[in-house]
Amino acid sequence: MEHPKEEELIAFHDGDRSGREKLSAHLESCAECRAALEKIEAVFAAMDAMPVPDPGENYGQRVWAAISPRLPEKHASWWESFFAPRRLVAVGAFATIAIAAFLAGRYWHHPPSVPNGTEVVDTAKVRERILVVAVGDHLSKSEMFLVELSNAEPNSASGKLVNISAQQHRAEDLLEENRLYRQTALKEGDQVMASTLDELERVLLDVANSPEQVTPARFESIRQRMESRGILFKVRVIQQGLRDRAKPAKPQPAPKAQQQNISKTNHQEGNRA
Amino acid sequence: MNQMTSSVETGLVPDAVAVERTLGGDRDAYRILVERHSKNVYRLAYRMAGNSHDAEEIVQEAFLRGYQKLKQFAGQANFGTWVYRIAANYAIDRIRQRKVEDSRRELPNRETEEGQGIDPLAQIKDSAPSPERLAGSNQLALRIQQALQQLTPAERTAIVMRHWDGCGIEEIAAVLKSSTTAAKNTVFRAVQKLRVALEPFAEGRQTARAMGME
Repeated sequence: MEHPKEEELIAFHDGDRSGREKLSAHLESCAECRAALEKIEAVFAAMDAMPVPDPGENYGQRVWAAISPRLPEKHASWWESFFAPRRLVAVGAFATIAIAAFLAGRYWHHPPSVPNGTEVVDTAKVRERILVVAVGDHLSKSEMFLVELSNAEPNSASGKLVNISAQQHRAEDLLEENRLYRQTALKEGDQVMASTLDELERVLLDVANSPEQVTPARFESIRQRMESRGILFKVRVIQQGLRDRAKPAKPQPAPKAQQQNISKTNHQEGNRA
Repeated sequence: MNQMTSSVETGLVPDAVAVERTLGGDRDAYRILVERHSKNVYRLAYRMAGNSHDAEEIVQEAFLRGYQKLKQFAGQANFGTWVYRIAANYAIDRIRQRKVEDSRRELPNRETEEGQGIDPLAQIKDSAPSPERLAGSNQLALRIQQALQQLTPAERTAIVMRHWDGCGIEEIAAVLKSSTTAAKNTVFRAVQKLRVALEPFAEGRQTARAMGME
């Protein structure tokens, strides 16, 4: 075999497989080529000796601090937002309830003989029931969230930051569902529901868009904004209305005690605000 | 405390999720990607630029470009590799730009009397210090840095990607926008030039090894 070119020796050093055995055999018998290969190896060994200064533990944070003011806001197109995972969960939950209610309406509630027009009325009722169940569930979760937020007591005297990341995640989850139900309520022409959900959305946005760590004063202002809107009370009233609508056809007069309860809650809310 | 929270979040969210969240309008999700991949991009940038100032500029520009082009990423390979390529591409442009700036400043001194072109290999050899001067590791690092600076931007990119980051020829070819054969030849040329530039040191080490001093 002729002496290999330098390129071939570099490729050999690099682990190139083509003609490797032949070249290997040649290197064993040729001191000149072995010396040439050693020179190449020495170059790479020398390169490894070149240090790269450590930019520091917080380097990533420094890079972010330098570039973040220069990053434009990204506006997701409607279809990207629609297929975002969190929204898909909300859509999935809604779809599951819708399908279940549809099947329930189709198989359980199918009367053997119905006069014309009754079936249309039944379908509308089933549809309404879907909304009632789904929105009721959403409102119940929202109520729990609002109560917890309302009852949280950050130690304002200590001046320490309050970590609201857990509340933020819940607010983000609720936001997706809330948007869906608000849009549905608007389409259905239920103005009261749409308006309440719109107000709830503002509170959720307020929490979701705050920093993860807030000062006790900022936390208090979030809470005050929530309470000044009386959103907890409105959510409870709507929930009560939904419960009434979900009851079987037998119309029942609104019990006095319940009205008193709502008034009592309203009174409590007013006191708190 | 904020830093702790961000570090925890950075550690938990996979790249793909952070990319998706950023594309969905959550600008802060991009922070996770920046914090996670900055150091790796910095190493590449430093080796290519040869100084911290330019390296930091390359890192920042790579992440800015990454943010702007994020839609094009769409699940290719992984984000780290993708932003690394952006950085390598930008580093080539930055080095070329820097060379033009430097040559404008140094033009009168670099012209030969006969007005002939300068052979880069000869230039490296001529400027090589003696083996004695290369005794210390700092001097060696400096010499390697000088040798790297003598390479063309494409050669420097090729050798940094191939040797230090173990990138495949196809990946190098993609960054250099050339064929794989051309990319392979670029790596060869880079090694040849470095060998010439570092020969005094390499010989010194070989001798030392032969004498049992190393």
